[in-house]
Amino acid sequence: MKSIILLAATRLVMALLLIFSVFMLLRGHNTPGGGFIGGLIGTTGFIIYAISRGTLMARKALRIPPERIAMAGFAIALFAALIPAFLGDGFFVGQWIFIGGTETEKGLPISSVLVFDIGVYLVVMGSILTLCLALEEEVD
Amino acid sequence: MANNPQDIDTGSWLRPAGILPPLLAGALFVWFATMIPPIAALDTLRFVWNWVPSLGINLSFFIDGLSLTFSLLISGIGILVFLYASKYMQGHVHFARFMLFIVLFMLSMLGLVLADNLLTLFVFWELTTITSYLLIGFEHTISKARRNALQALLVTGTGGLALLAGFILIGTVAETFELSEIRAQGSVLIDSTLYLPILILFLAGTFTKSAQFPMHFWLPNAMAAPTPVSAYLHSATMVKAGIYLMARMHPSLGGTEVWLWTLTVFGAVTAVFASVLALKQTDLKQALAYTTLMALGTLTLFLAGDVSYAITAAMTFLLVHCFYKAALFLVVGIIDHETGTRDIHMLGGLARAMPVTCLAAGLAALSMAGFPPFLGFIGKELKYAGALAMQSEPYLVAGAVLVSNALMFAVAGIVSFSPFWRRHLAEGLTAHEAPWQMLAGPLILAACGAVFGIYPSLAAEILVNPGVVAIAGSDVKTHELKLWEGINPPLILSLATFVLGVLIYNFHRRLREWITGVAQHLISFDRGWDQVLEGLKGFAIWQTQIVQSGYLRRYLFLIFFTLSIGLAGMIWWRGPILPTLEWPMLLVKHWVVIVLIVAGSMLTLTTSSRVAAIAGLGAAGIGVALIFIIFGAPDVAITQLLVDTLVVVLFASAALKLPFLEPTGRKLRRPLDAILALSVGTIISLIMLIVTDGPVDRSLTTYFEEASWTEAFGRNIVNVILVDFRALDTFGEIAVVVIAALGAYAILKGRQTA
Repeated sequence: MKSIILLAATRLVMALLLIFSVFMLLRGHNTPGGGFIGGLIGTTGFIIYAISRGTLMARKALRIPPERIAMAGFAIALFAALIPAFLGDGFFVGQWIFIGGTETEKGLPISSVLVFDIGVYLVVMGSILTLCLALEEEVD
Repeated sequence: MANNPQDIDTGSWLRPAGILPPLLAGALFVWFATMIPPIAALDTLRFVWNWVPSLGINLSFFIDGLSLTFSLLISGIGILVFLYASKYMQGHVHFARFMLFIVLFMLSMLGLVLADNLLTLFVFWELTTITSYLLIGFEHTISKARRNALQALLVTGTGGLALLAGFILIGTVAETFELSEIRAQGSVLIDSTLYLPILILFLAGTFTKSAQFPMHFWLPNAMAAPTPVSAYLHSATMVKAGIYLMARMHPSLGGTEVWLWTLTVFGAVTAVFASVLALKQTDLKQALAYTTLMALGTLTLFLAGDVSYAITAAMTFLLVHCFYKAALFLVVGIIDHETGTRDIHMLGGLARAMPVTCLAAGLAALSMAGFPPFLGFIGKELKYAGALAMQSEPYLVAGAVLVSNALMFAVAGIVSFSPFWRRHLAEGLTAHEAPWQMLAGPLILAACGAVFGIYPSLAAEILVNPGVVAIAGSDVKTHELKLWEGINPPLILSLATFVLGVLIYNFHRRLREWITGVAQHLISFDRGWDQVLEGLKGFAIWQTQIVQSGYLRRYLFLIFFTLSIGLAGMIWWRGPILPTLEWPMLLVKHWVVIVLIVAGSMLTLTTSSRVAAIAGLGAAGIGVALIFIIFGAPDVAITQLLVDTLVVVLFASAALKLPFLEPTGRKLRRPLDAILALSVGTIISLIMLIVTDGPVDRSLTTYFEEASWTEAFGRNIVNVILVDFRALDTFGEIAVVVIAALGAYAILKGRQTA
């Protein structure tokens, strides 16, 4: 499908969607968002790209095959689940570090929960892209 | 010939895969040997690690006389078999794989006999089944090996499931899964109303594993495995797992009439049946396999009662059998390896070419036949003494033992006398002596039979008596093992055995023909098994054709039909509570949502264009998302919107490939669909109304609202639940997502290349 409007728009929209997806992923713990939603938004970005320029270009833009992204995400989620086990806590118990935290200020929270959410993000994105790209290519 | 890997001879046996397994087994053997002094003093040891404490599952290990005897046998025979295998399997393409499997088996088997927790024991039990499956089917290019491996797996696996059910029942009755605690409770299981189901399930497991009649047929078929496996798994260790477990549970489940008679009957039938069939075999390995069955039957028989004589007989015979049977299997392996055949008719005159093998075979066979001064003689005497002391029919038991012993005597002659001393080797066959690694095993094992026979007190103190005490309790009088007990009924029966045995051996060829003739008219369990499997497959095909039509429409119809029936049934069962209906105050935004959903659905229903139908569904989906927004669930709403978007995209790319929307086939379909859709809608609405009508339990919500910030540092409850409180669920879900994506990917890509 050749449409100059679509081609021009996707460049912008895709970038925006990807940034927005990361934004949604990071804010998820306190406000609507999270890995699942972030992953879906990121997927939408790539799918729009694939629709306007073809799946080959989309795969190039991804750099890594989507099924590998999904599996990597799964591995990251598993790793996040194991972090507390290495620290002597139960499986999946959230671990938190507050960087620069003082008595009054909370600081920057980093947690195994966030790592897990990143894993979810990658799984959702990788899996759905695997499906969509394969389906599109099937049709072509 | 699969058992002749020497034609691709590469690499030395001195490779890690060849040398590490015997060393590992040796280290374990030494470790267990250090435990002999405390155990011989009737002490016990226990090691515990928590595994799943919330379910009462612990990695607990218990060492008493019984488990130590088994551990010593498993690791000790392991050393010799691994050494043997390092030469026997040398040069095989999958040499390292073989050694890995057999070492894994040893560790599982050790875990089985040492486990104190029933569920831990079960895990190891299944691990031995799986490793046995891998080893029987090791020559996986041969269809017979695959078929026999699967048969063994299915038979013992089915028994394993029954056993698990039995274990769970035991756990609920005894309120613990620890064997040592269950034993301490005395007769709690026997007094329980669940005793009979427990016993049936338990024996279903042990009888299949230890190949009792009529589930015996998998064991002779398991001889498809390489000979070290037959020697190790299918004669010395794994098949004894059932025996071990019966001995282990003897104090908790035994001592009843049911136990006594079931074990007596099954054991006796197996012993006699198997020893008669052993005579029929012309393959040396098959003949040995049937005598293993006979031994397993005898062991079961002697575990039936709780008189100390019978238990001592069982423990002693266990030892005797391990020594001579493993030795003989290894000898047969040598013969097979060096001459290329195991057929009795082809073999003869091997004594000259293979003197050491001949010696080992002779020693083992003398113990098997029960000659003094071998341990086999003591074992046989004890068997007769035990049989005469049985509380069930002592004469019947003694008769069964006599018949099977005499037949064993004959088979011992057939297996280890005829090939070495009689006639000549068939033409075209040459024989030469085996390397030392292969000779060490049979020689040492056969020598054990002689040494322990000459010094029976050694065997009694280290191996037999602690085991007997572990089975029958410390108040039981243990029997000294002696070669000469004076002239008594067992000795007379022993002499009768010899006479009968020599007679059978002399006429064994004529007997074999006769048995073969008779056996043709009997039911073959092996063939019966095939028929059962065929029937099962036929049933599977039949029901698949009915349920799995391949039409997405029919699947959906079935799914929603089942759903509506189930839900309607639930409503009816709960009693038809009519919800109080009150017309709510509807604002403009509510009306917008209603119109959106209704209009979207109507469009989907009426249009003949696929794109319009999808757009209609999308509109309805957006309406649902709006509901979520109105009622304060933005996360769900966003997800719903995104999923809706992606579904439309996915569908758009798939739509080109789909058939036309116009209904084909029967005219009735559309009304039927309409009825189903209406009923599902009505039922779901009813349920929603009923649920929202009553008071809602908000304790969970309150908990999450409170704990979300204080415990998980998050204000978005939905997300905190997803990634923290219920992270394991999410983990399972993303696993499903990945698997589904990979599966779909494989189907799509696979079709492209095909």
